[in-house]
Amino acid sequence: MNTDDRALPVRGAEDILGIAADWCAAGETVAIATVIQSWGSSPRPAGSRMALTKTGKMEGSVSGGCIEGAVADAALEVMDTGTAQVLTYGVTDESAWAVGLACGGQVSVLVEKLT
Amino acid sequence: MIYAHLLRLRQAAAEREPVTYAVRLADGASFVLPDQAAPPAINQAGADALEADRIGVVEIDGESWFIEARNPAPRLVVVGAVHIAQALAPLAVTAGFDVTVIDPRTGFAAPERFPGVRIDTAWPDEALAALQPDARTAIVTLTHDPKLDDPALISALRSDAFYVGALGSSRTHAKRLDRLRALGFDDAAFSRIAAPVGLDIGARTAPEIAISVIAEIVGARRGKRRERGA
Repeated sequence: MNTDDRALPVRGAEDILGIAADWCAAGETVAIATVIQSWGSSPRPAGSRMALTKTGKMEGSVSGGCIEGAVADAALEVMDTGTAQVLTYGVTDESAWAVGLACGGQVSVLVEKLT
Repeated sequence: MIYAHLLRLRQAAAEREPVTYAVRLADGASFVLPDQAAPPAINQAGADALEADRIGVVEIDGESWFIEARNPAPRLVVVGAVHIAQALAPLAVTAGFDVTVIDPRTGFAAPERFPGVRIDTAWPDEALAALQPDARTAIVTLTHDPKLDDPALISALRSDAFYVGALGSSRTHAKRLDRLRALGFDDAAFSRIAAPVGLDIGARTAPEIAISVIAEIVGARRGKRRERGA
């Protein structure tokens, strides 16, 4: 087989771990948020990821843009303490409206520091 | 997430090795499975998740674990390093496919025409034999040349590929089916071929055709196979 091994895989839009690895290699403090469960009309399935840095970089998503801000706040805390957190946002939860999960879905997000 | 785990997950993805990422939600303890150091029940949960291709929270011995099956990425094999392939390859990569473009015509299969995409300049039947298409593989032929498309389609129809598409007009396709019928393929095999290729969105340009093709492949992967007329 005449394969051109010079070709490196182009990064898919879902390769958030690759982005996190690059940031970490560049010396950034990194947190990774992962959808671990979703219900109803939540737009992003379990396994969806977002990577964030202490310096404010952000790639990927854990919702349609509704809870990313709140997750980013939690991620800053996780990057400080090193302790993972599970955040749950849902239509029955008043905080969901506060952060704007208007889709009527419910989502649980694991936030881990990359160490 | 431990950096070593992140590297292990990326390595597994690159080598198409199925693994599971497991996190105990109570304290963030984690494993990349299979792992001899992990409790048997956790390894079993990882194996079950891979089998079902499932991602979610599982209760194991009274504790909640996030269990993430990470099966190898679906593959797209494009036969014909033509203009439409140049538009299709990056769309497929963005959608998470592991893309290989096959074309023995090295003028077409020039690396600079396909940045970042694997190129194979073997004949399509040899290249496909090496790639061993499975149920997570889509194959689309784009050369318009029976010398190249036919051997590829023959290999594709003998494989478990979840999608087989062939570019060409209805007339071209009818002639193609006559040739394949002479080789012993029947209507059941022909019903697997998406032709004319792609969703009918009135595509005209190469990028538009590429969009219609990737949309059809995503639909096939997600169980939304289009009904085709006879």
